[in-house]
Amino acid sequence: MADMLIAALLLVGAFFGLVGSWGLVRLPQTMQRLHAPTKATTLGVGGVLLASIAYFGWVRGEWSVHELLITLFLFLTAPVSALMLARAWLHRERERVRATLPRPGAPGVDWGTFQPPPEESGSGAEPRR
Amino acid sequence: MRMRSRWRRWVPHPAVSLALTLVWVALQNDFSAGQWLMGVILGVVVPLLLRPFWPDLPQVHSWRTAIVYAAIVLWDIVKANVQVAGWILLRRPETLRSTWLVVPLRLHRPEAITLLAGTITMTPGTVSCDLAADGSALLVHCLHTEDAAATVAGIKSRYEARVMKIFGEGDA
Repeated sequence: MADMLIAALLLVGAFFGLVGSWGLVRLPQTMQRLHAPTKATTLGVGGVLLASIAYFGWVRGEWSVHELLITLFLFLTAPVSALMLARAWLHRERERVRATLPRPGAPGVDWGTFQPPPEESGSGAEPRR
Repeated sequence: MRMRSRWRRWVPHPAVSLALTLVWVALQNDFSAGQWLMGVILGVVVPLLLRPFWPDLPQVHSWRTAIVYAAIVLWDIVKANVQVAGWILLRRPETLRSTWLVVPLRLHRPEAITLLAGTITMTPGTVSCDLAADGSALLVHCLHTEDAAATVAGIKSRYEARVMKIFGEGDA
């Protein structure tokens, strides 16, 4: 019973990992391909990690919490690397892409990659002491 | 009152201290008293060393909302993974309608915006790509959507409203 559950979890993880990679190969635009790694790290890695917890817990009798930590660290790092990739792309392609992007809303304000932040005083994002 | 301020002086951010202790013990994978002691020492010392560099660490105002939020996000990740896998496998790539979305923000705190941007990236189908120079909006790339306005409204009502409640942010 435990073996079947572990095998099922591994298969689910492998399936989503494969779909993420397939998307990476198949999608035509750079920004579309950026979606693939954020996908593979969620359910793909999640399935494998759950399988690992179940295997070591039930079959080997050694409960381990390292998998939970891996999940935590992935959730912290994946968005940061995705944001860095996106901004690097925006920066490199700015001549071509800048005019095609929607604007943030307020007049005279552009995206952070194209425009330095406003002067420190009076900004709403300031930490309040 | 006096007790409380003394407590606050040595443990300025109980949640950070608790998280550090738990991560340390989990990292060692050893729940013995010695490791807990070491974790508690780290949980007290690290925030004290960190305090000068991070003067305005926000407090969590509603733990209830935070837990509900975590559960909703986990569920959405599973749901959206299946949806995106379906798009990649079954649709021809040319028929995907990828667009840029602008999500105007009511949040002000950098930590709150970080949490929202991270959530948007982790739920498949959307990736946060940039922040407006004045911090008033997020630029989000959406892999496929039929109705961009509805997607933005969904992000705002499902995630942003809860993040505001977690950090106790008003509209001010």
